[in-house]
Amino acid sequence: MRVRRSTLRALALFAVLTAVVVVLPHFVSDFRAQQFAYVGIYLTALIGLNVLTGYTGQISLGHGAFMAVGGYTTAILMADHGVKDVWTIPIAAAVAGVAGLLFGLPAVRLSGLYLALATFAIAVATPTVIKRFDGFTGGGSGINLFGKPELTASLTPVEIFGLKLNFNNWLYALSWTVALIAYVLAWLLLRGRTGRAFRAVRDSETAAVSSGVNLALYKTLAFGISAAFAGAAGALFAIATTFVNPDTFPVALSIFLLVGVVVGGLGSLAGLIAGAAGALFAIATTFVNPDTFPVALSIFLLVGVVVGGLGSLAGLIAGAVFIQFMPLWAQSVSSSAGAPTVVYGVFLILVMFVLPGGFAGLLGRLESLTRRGYDRSSGS
Amino acid sequence: MADFVQQVVSGLASGGVYGSLALALVLIHRATGVINFAQGEMATFSTYILWTLTANHGWSYWPAFVVTLLVSFAGGIGIHELVIRPVERGSVLRIVIVTIGLLLLINGAMTWIWTGEVRYVQGPFPTRTIDIGGVAISLQDIGTIAVSIGTVGLLWLFFQFTRVGLAMRAAAVNPAEARLVGVRVTWMLGLGWGLAAVLGAVSGMLTAPSTILDPSMMQVVLIYAFAAAVLGGIDSPVGAVVGGLLIGVGLNLLGAYVDFIGSSLQLPAALAIILVVLMVRPAGIFGRREVKKV
Amino acid sequence: MSALLELKGVEARYGPVQALRGVTLEVPEGSIVAVLGANGAGKTTALRAVSGTVRRTGEILFAGKPLRGGPESVAKAGIAHVPEGRGTFTELSVLENLKLGAYTRRDRDLTSDMARMAEYFPWISERGGQRAGTLSGGEQQMLALARALMGRPRLLMLDEPSLGLAPMIVREIFRIVRELNEKNGLTVLVVEQDARIALDVAASAYVLEVGRVVVSGPSSEMREDEAVRRSYLGY
Repeated sequence: MRVRRSTLRALALFAVLTAVVVVLPHFVSDFRAQQFAYVGIYLTALIGLNVLTGYTGQISLGHGAFMAVGGYTTAILMADHGVKDVWTIPIAAAVAGVAGLLFGLPAVRLSGLYLALATFAIAVATPTVIKRFDGFTGGGSGINLFGKPELTASLTPVEIFGLKLNFNNWLYALSWTVALIAYVLAWLLLRGRTGRAFRAVRDSETAAVSSGVNLALYKTLAFGISAAFAGAAGALFAIATTFVNPDTFPVALSIFLLVGVVVGGLGSLAGLIAGAAGALFAIATTFVNPDTFPVALSIFLLVGVVVGGLGSLAGLIAGAVFIQFMPLWAQSVSSSAGAPTVVYGVFLILVMFVLPGGFAGLLGRLESLTRRGYDRSSGS
Repeated sequence: MADFVQQVVSGLASGGVYGSLALALVLIHRATGVINFAQGEMATFSTYILWTLTANHGWSYWPAFVVTLLVSFAGGIGIHELVIRPVERGSVLRIVIVTIGLLLLINGAMTWIWTGEVRYVQGPFPTRTIDIGGVAISLQDIGTIAVSIGTVGLLWLFFQFTRVGLAMRAAAVNPAEARLVGVRVTWMLGLGWGLAAVLGAVSGMLTAPSTILDPSMMQVVLIYAFAAAVLGGIDSPVGAVVGGLLIGVGLNLLGAYVDFIGSSLQLPAALAIILVVLMVRPAGIFGRREVKKV
Repeated sequence: MSALLELKGVEARYGPVQALRGVTLEVPEGSIVAVLGANGAGKTTALRAVSGTVRRTGEILFAGKPLRGGPESVAKAGIAHVPEGRGTFTELSVLENLKLGAYTRRDRDLTSDMARMAEYFPWISERGGQRAGTLSGGEQQMLALARALMGRPRLLMLDEPSLGLAPMIVREIFRIVRELNEKNGLTVLVVEQDARIALDVAASAYVLEVGRVVVSGPSSEMREDEAVRRSYLGY
């Protein structure tokens, strides 16, 4: 069986990434492990958003809302129905996926800015809607998961494969496992006919239709899939923060997800580990409290996908790291109130000026430079 | 009945505010095809300038008002030149991210300069009510309606009857042809941003007296302005104003007379309007149907 | 007669595609010059190069002085470019279109010009408030022409004025152009696919092929030369 060179390359990179992920916790402090766990969570969401925005070109400023669906599903299942945290994840993904399909179908007629506006509206509405249906969601006070037996390792370390993991390490393992599974699923999905159809939708809707692509089907499908990934990420988020309330998933989250995808760079699903490692340049130490800048968190997710680079795995990782660590770095630049936000905003604008293709674009350029060198030296 | 009239009048006042901000969004969208997510923050920033002049430096209201408008105008042109021009021709996504970056930048700057402390801005209109036909109408509401409609009216006159206004309209609908007749399109776009900033400033300064001034003051108003712009037609200036008034009055009445909605669901109601309009008739009331047969 | 417009070795490209490969031509003041050739020969690009709509290298002289800058400055210099497809502001009214034509003029008194336009195109005075997009193709072409004239240009450039129009209307438009040239001395550079009608009004012509001038000369010669007509002009 002939295996394509690109597939081999992707597999090799993936193997390296997995190795890095597995080995990392041994080198960093417990607290850092938790931060990197969040990177894994954002990465899952970004992989999903990438399917939507990078592949079918539909802009979503509302993926925080799908994370909320996933997160609340998990919380309700754990708190009210005694489901173990790990098993809530696929259910949360499914529920969020259905929500995505339900939104995606009527949204087929919207494009570009109109879709951005519509999804923005959903993101803004989410906290209020959650509060309104409080019988179900615990309203403003939210649902507390801390100390619940369904939450693995929350009170006592858990034993897996002979390793004793405390909460942070367990979280790290869980979120990266989910992220890597998500990546593989996305990769399998996108390399075939579905992926091509998605890209056809992005590049030209009229051309896609004339080549027989069912526009409504694929656009809706993309929404559903990306929402499912976001739901899984939301579930992880709920598990990680051990608590959900309406402010856990503010508008900021949705916006930062999109920013993450765009700054990373819209692209294809293959990447340089080197780029990811370079991006994994953790700097600051405090996690920005979403309460002080609610709008920020959604924006962070979007930023993450953009910063990472739509498509490229390295890009997406860079994006996730960006989401997690940029606010912290901004804060280390100046901790006077408001200044980190200014830094973040300026950085965002500059990245859009200088790297229109996001970091993945930069990586792509580096890659083509190195490849050219290789071809030359091998005498072709 | 008296209550109804009061609700309508105060709805018109809010509507004037939403309409002004919506008009700013529409101006920018028509000219540059951009939805300026930072419009609300720009408006808040202008209001802070007003506050600084009146509360800190003891200026009287109207001179401060005018100076704020001038500064906002300059600021709008400056922002277009520095931040928007470099990415104007890029993809939609890129521009969205840039305006988001702008949102963060301005919001953070406000917190940085003025801290998140709550401030109070006194309006220029007395807060008492007058009796019109047996109904107590707030003078502040009347004043707000007058100023917002007045500003919009002046702008309309500018666009319809001046040479530059005509050039701006031409540049917005047909930039390539406008160049051929000698219109400096880039300047016109900058001018558009300047005027939009002025509208936003008016909107902010009219909002402040009835609420508190803090960095997040216009965030909700921005959503209502989006709803108004979408409802009226994102490329229609008339639509923006009419949409604003409809939203203002509509939400007020809904909040007052429909228990389910009350005052807590007004925001989601506005969002629902955005969603419904976008799904059913994306062009809005006054927009032109873009026929894209696929 | 001195040349009002001169192109010397002008090259232009659209990305990787070279559209003009060194075009040299001149338009004497007060005459009508036609640029002919098949589709894709570079005729439209030549006009665009003059009006600054496309980037070019090579020399372009207008009234003896180098012509620089983008469309805005070219318009200010006194060159009116009526582009392919008319270029009317469809969303604006007929009257507003005309006013825009005079945008670069310093003097604001447009009444005499408006009266002149009404003479050439009587329907204009009746339909001033009508949205330009609702006019017929022929009317839009006339409006585009009128708009260009409002600026009192020294040079009028017309890009395929006959495109999509009925022969009767095309004849009328060219009749007006010829009248403007004979009565007012307006210099005209017209790009046309319909070589026959262009050669009727133009004093001289250039034929472009793949971005280069292949034949040029007085129209009378071109009309008579059967070989030229057959190979380049299609009739």
